[in-house]
Amino acid sequence: MNTLTISPSPHVHSGDSVKKNMYWVIIALLPALAASFFYFGIGAIIVTLTAVLSCVIFEFLISKYILKTEPTIGDGSAALTGLLLAFNLPTYLPIWIIIIGSLVAIGIAKMSFGGLGNNPFNPALVGRVFLLISFPVQMTMWPTPILSRFHYFGLTPEIIDATTGATPLAIMKEGVSSGIAHAELMHRLPSLTELFMGIKGGSAGESAAAALLLGVAILLYKRVITWHIPVSVVGSIIVFTGLLHLYDVESYAGPAFHLLTGGVMLGAFFMATDYVTSPMAPKGMIIFGVGVGVITILIRVFGSFPEGISFAILIMNGFTPLIDKYIRPKRFGEVNKPIKA
Amino acid sequence: MLKTFSLGGIHPAENKLSAGKKIVILPIPEQVSVPLAQHIGAPAEALVNKGDVVKVGQLIAASAGFVSSNIHSPVSGKVLKIDDVVDASGYKHRAIIIKTEGDEWDESIDRSPELIQHINTVPHQIVEKLKEAGIVGLGGAAFPSHVKLSLPPGKICDILVINGVECEPYLTSDHQLMMEKSEEIVVGIRILMKALKVEKAVIGIENNKLDAIEKMTALLAEHPEIRVQALKVQYPQGGEKQLIDACIGRQIPSGKLPIEVGAVVQNVGTAFAVYEAVQKNKPLFERVVTVTGKSVKNPSNFLARIGTPMSFLIDAAGGLPTDTSKIIGGGPMMGKALQSAEVPITKGSSGILIMPEELANRKPMQNCIRCAKCVSVCPMGLSPYLLMLATSKTIWDRAEEEKIMDCIECGSCNFTCPSSRPLLDYIRLGKGKVGQIMRSRTK
Repeated sequence: MNTLTISPSPHVHSGDSVKKNMYWVIIALLPALAASFFYFGIGAIIVTLTAVLSCVIFEFLISKYILKTEPTIGDGSAALTGLLLAFNLPTYLPIWIIIIGSLVAIGIAKMSFGGLGNNPFNPALVGRVFLLISFPVQMTMWPTPILSRFHYFGLTPEIIDATTGATPLAIMKEGVSSGIAHAELMHRLPSLTELFMGIKGGSAGESAAAALLLGVAILLYKRVITWHIPVSVVGSIIVFTGLLHLYDVESYAGPAFHLLTGGVMLGAFFMATDYVTSPMAPKGMIIFGVGVGVITILIRVFGSFPEGISFAILIMNGFTPLIDKYIRPKRFGEVNKPIKA
Repeated sequence: MLKTFSLGGIHPAENKLSAGKKIVILPIPEQVSVPLAQHIGAPAEALVNKGDVVKVGQLIAASAGFVSSNIHSPVSGKVLKIDDVVDASGYKHRAIIIKTEGDEWDESIDRSPELIQHINTVPHQIVEKLKEAGIVGLGGAAFPSHVKLSLPPGKICDILVINGVECEPYLTSDHQLMMEKSEEIVVGIRILMKALKVEKAVIGIENNKLDAIEKMTALLAEHPEIRVQALKVQYPQGGEKQLIDACIGRQIPSGKLPIEVGAVVQNVGTAFAVYEAVQKNKPLFERVVTVTGKSVKNPSNFLARIGTPMSFLIDAAGGLPTDTSKIIGGGPMMGKALQSAEVPITKGSSGILIMPEELANRKPMQNCIRCAKCVSVCPMGLSPYLLMLATSKTIWDRAEEEKIMDCIECGSCNFTCPSSRPLLDYIRLGKGKVGQIMRSRTK
């Protein structure tokens, strides 16, 4: 007879693994990748491949030669960081800038803290924000979707001659601050349907809300993420912008515009839900999500940047340890119903 | 409407391979070793000596304290010796070893198959009878039943909750017992109700045992004071706290017993043993044990005498498979891995699970990715990741503050962790230490 294995209970496992979770997120991002290829052409693929490859290579090199540990690139987390970083970049970005962004994301934001699980801030967002501050010109030259593809939907584009243009949020921000009339501004902005389908300027991943939502359905179905964070981000944005919109329709855009522009969809469902940098208890997740939503709108409406969700998520990442310390899960037996006599 | 408990829970693969298999009466082995510590509490004191001749059902070891239990001979024969043998705990403990000769039962035991419905014993006599007959909880923990039925002064019990959940994967002994001995179980429940002086009882059965739900419901038509509560399949519903929450919606506060919310829980197997003890004057010396596993030739439910070596049961189920790599006493979630198949079955043995090579080992541990899955599955609403961290850093006050002592050791956190972290191993360690600190404080 073989030697018997002795180990404490439980003796069975769900079969879930880090790898499975990471790959499901990657799979969930594929529809958005396809959409961005459709709208932006080969640039989307080049940016994505560069970011993914350089993230994986940097993680491999750092863990093998600096940390001298078994490289963990097989778990898919480096590839996912690369993919998310790429989704936050304009598809015209020079390759060398992408490589710098990947190095910051993997090297500084992730590996210097001890690798997967130990990073306090979302690596892809750290990379993105680093690039945004270091290369503001290149990082805000957003490509407009390939024009010929517009006819496919029978819609007429507003910007015909430009290959790069401002994002809807930038148009909005500039318009409001330079005092352009409301009607004129509305005319310059894409319609909500156009926004939903992704016919607007922007980074690779934030474009098509429809494609991202397909990915979200996958994540929720596979139980990779729970509803708490995305719903509280989206909910708080709806409430906050809704109130502003009701207060002054001319100066403040409505909730739908805010949800469909910028990286809200990508941020709320794929970046804020990052396991490592978000709270553990359901109530904590909701506080985190509301924080992200409110800070995003504060930056968009009152700050100097047109877009704010990256900053909002990073700020709330910083609050995560504090939230975890004070917000505990609901304990069994805390609400005790009295015995009916 | 199906009910379940309010927090956490998991859905492990059920693998009830021996479901629907008739309970087979196992032959009596040539030799049995009956451990003196089969229950929670003080080990019993041996009353026999080497060379004594004993009958089936004869008292061979007496309860040594309030929380303790009598032990009766499971076979007739001669006492070979009283020695230390390795039991399911992996350590050596005192046991009475008896060489079997024939099968001669004590005359006072009623061996007729006739069902006795009428209960003519008064409450305090019932408790006394159960104490005499060595009845303990047969769900696994083996807590002496007479202690559970002796309510602390000032506490009121208004409902008896019967555990027919059998939420551990693989195990089917309770299910099969409900199918074959349902009438006896109902009488047993009525006896328990009488002892507790309660007017109502509820039997919780998970929805994967529809036949048992139907059978019990039909039988209880003439006993409206007992109702069947169908429950959504969810582990660990058989945990006392979870079961009470699921069946009657009352949550036991931290560190308290079920009586705090007016409930007493007993297993269906215990209800059957209670029937036999009170109506048939038969002490507890045999029980139903499931022998199962993916590679086991004939997964079965056996009625086996206490003290029978596990290898004897495994042989009866088709022998030990060649790919065996782990033998578990109990179910896969809370059972104990055994170091040998020679350990005897005890009053608390609900099953023997044999795991092949590919299922026997854990996957290597990875970094915690803070996915919060352990928090979401914890039925006690704890933060397993934090308890593991506090234990590994020996921050005992934080572990206590985070209610480490509330952990019921169900293993849901380990089961669900994508990084295969040994959360429960650390929590057990921490519980031991924190428990020690708390006890030293009250001294």
